[in-house]
Amino acid sequence: MNTPTLEVANKPKKASIKVSGAEAVLLCLIEEGVDVIFGYPGGAIMPIYDALYGYTDRLEHILTRHEQGATHAAQGYARVTGRTGVCFATSGPGATNLITGLADAQIDSTPMVAITGQVPSHLLGTDAFQETDVVGISMPVTKWNYQVTKAEEIPEAIARAFYIAGSGRPGPVLIDITKDAQFQEFEYTYEKCTKIRSYHPYPELENDKVAEAAQLINEAKKPFILVGQGVLLSGAQKELLTFAEKAGIPMASTLMGLSAVPVSHPLYVGYLGMHGNYGPNVKTNECDVLIAIGMRFDDRVTGDLKRYATQAKVIHIEIDPSEIDKNVKTTVAINADAKQALISLIKQTETNSHQEWLQEFRDCDKMEDEKVIHAEKFPESGQIRMAEVIRMISDKTEGKAILVTDVGQHQMVASRYYEFESTDANVTSGGLGTMGFSLPAAMGAKMGCQDKTVVAVIGDGGFQMTIQELGTIFQSNIAVKILVLNNNFLGMVRQWQQLFHDKRYSFTELTNPNFQKIAEGYGIHTNKITERPDLDAAINTWLAEEGPSLLEVVVEKEENVFPMVPSGASVSDIRLE
Amino acid sequence: MSTIYSEDHSDKVEKEFTLSVLTEDKAGLLNHITIIFNRRKINITSLNVSTTEVAGVSRFTIVLTSTRERIEKVVKQIRKLIDVLGAFVYDENEIYYQEIALYKVPTQVFLNGNKIEDLVRNNGARILVIEKDHIIIEKTGHKKDTHDLYKKLEPHGLLEFVRSGRVAISKSKRKTEAFIKQLEDAESNVLSIKEF
Repeated sequence: MNTPTLEVANKPKKASIKVSGAEAVLLCLIEEGVDVIFGYPGGAIMPIYDALYGYTDRLEHILTRHEQGATHAAQGYARVTGRTGVCFATSGPGATNLITGLADAQIDSTPMVAITGQVPSHLLGTDAFQETDVVGISMPVTKWNYQVTKAEEIPEAIARAFYIAGSGRPGPVLIDITKDAQFQEFEYTYEKCTKIRSYHPYPELENDKVAEAAQLINEAKKPFILVGQGVLLSGAQKELLTFAEKAGIPMASTLMGLSAVPVSHPLYVGYLGMHGNYGPNVKTNECDVLIAIGMRFDDRVTGDLKRYATQAKVIHIEIDPSEIDKNVKTTVAINADAKQALISLIKQTETNSHQEWLQEFRDCDKMEDEKVIHAEKFPESGQIRMAEVIRMISDKTEGKAILVTDVGQHQMVASRYYEFESTDANVTSGGLGTMGFSLPAAMGAKMGCQDKTVVAVIGDGGFQMTIQELGTIFQSNIAVKILVLNNNFLGMVRQWQQLFHDKRYSFTELTNPNFQKIAEGYGIHTNKITERPDLDAAINTWLAEEGPSLLEVVVEKEENVFPMVPSGASVSDIRLE
Repeated sequence: MSTIYSEDHSDKVEKEFTLSVLTEDKAGLLNHITIIFNRRKINITSLNVSTTEVAGVSRFTIVLTSTRERIEKVVKQIRKLIDVLGAFVYDENEIYYQEIALYKVPTQVFLNGNKIEDLVRNNGARILVIEKDHIIIEKTGHKKDTHDLYKKLEPHGLLEFVRSGRVAISKSKRKTEAFIKQLEDAESNVLSIKEF
């Protein structure tokens, strides 16, 4: 095999300027419309940081407290703006600290470009100081990665990186640049990448498949739409509503698809999956046509695949061909961008309504409300419950905040009870389930949407995984609203231990520090609530604070999230208690 | 409309498949491809990588045992890799294929009558090199054929034996060059050509 070089030699030469590789990196980012970078300097990326010193008027850099924080911040930024998030890290430990964020972005299809410094090319493979094979390590967790050893490769590598990260099913790209390539001067020109012959991110819509799907939909008695993140990624929210309204089909959302449909929409029937709503889970096994849009039938959505929607004809609209028939066999697969597919499907769908079928969902809602929801949202005695806190925040923000959740019970509760009214407003770690995601992701989300309220909902466990990012929030004065729901437990694991391991609470109880003192140390306005009557006013103050603020709410220690589809069970076996 | 809930379970039977993967000639791709197998604990039986008649394009020929259902999913993952131009699954009757084996025997054994010479002749093998102390025999064929000859030579003091990975050529008429051209001209990725 040849040594890796991009096709720089054959490019037509435009008017060029002589710059260093380091400066070229920044010029490329500006060309790609980047306005904020999350990063952390170090030896091997120093030339880039040196160049950045002269570019702070055009590129804002947020110094995180850990490289993992930089990746999640870039993810948060990307998820709310739809643009590619960018992060910088140095070689060795800086680069390895990116891996969790890259893996998270890969499994949740988040566009991100990570740029790492690398030891000088003559030291590659010598176990030099802070050398690590980040290209090798990040291979399974990136959509593409590439090591640059010559400055002249930089424009093409970065152009490709942005094209690959942001197109088709988005994902993270890592570009590793040796220190000598950063120093090297060369004739710089930039040309955006619009085509790679081995990469065809937008499948051509097959009209016969759309026609087949439309026929199934038109003949269906109990059709059911599953809304995935693909709807958000392709910007198909409007088309989805038009389609669902025309055909009169109930819609439920996956965790990653939340906020694509306003919760108040008359056809919206709730949230799918392990801790989702009762109706959407049960009715999956009763519908006759299942229309899955931009989702991948994750095991947390499907439960036991052998008992998942076997009665239904399955229409799967999905941009990534490898997701089709991966978990659930389709009757009709439409391998296309969700928006494009929906536009075409709307034309062929007959106007219809399924009131009786929709009523079945409403009946389920009533049952869930009686058994679970009401008691969770409006408890009258006992300790504060997570759901009532989320309910109050939802009401006070009118469902229009950006909700950034961490991983665990609070994530499920927030996803269940926050009533999203605005779109692209749900940022969470879905596929990877990365504890510690929320705080840095919320910083990125706020940087991307300065005019919106960004609420980070975090458990006491996850908070302490990336708590150092309070330093970033302090230094850069990022006005995120941090809610720590503290039950002094790794709650979700504890719940499983209670239900499936005879209450053997093996290493799930936490002795927590004084979070107020920590927040105060970072100059962040803070409050701690333990009693229900104090909650309302505390939330008001917390939300009204101009800068960042932290609200710790001590909640019921041994609260369980229900409903629940136990691991390995069928969605029909969802437990209400 | 295609029926997919058939009672045919042939997709779930384990058998040998040959994958043909066309890629850009880039470092690291071998790693990228093998990671996909490793992650699913699929063992590769044989692997051959070589440049093709088209400049800058390599071909991976990978032999493994799996089920049709599983291998189709794996191939979709391979197709997804940037710099992979195309990936195709074949079962045995869709390809012509060969492997090459080299056998090193002491020159001495040729002096003990015609036995070795007959083996070479009757097994469609040939003498590649004659040195003072050893002779290299070459045989091309399927694994079974090269293994048979190995078994026959073994009692005569075989010094060394090596076998290549499989090379395979499909029975379809499509040309690599034409395929690459199609990719370059394409606006979309609808080109999941199976009969390549």
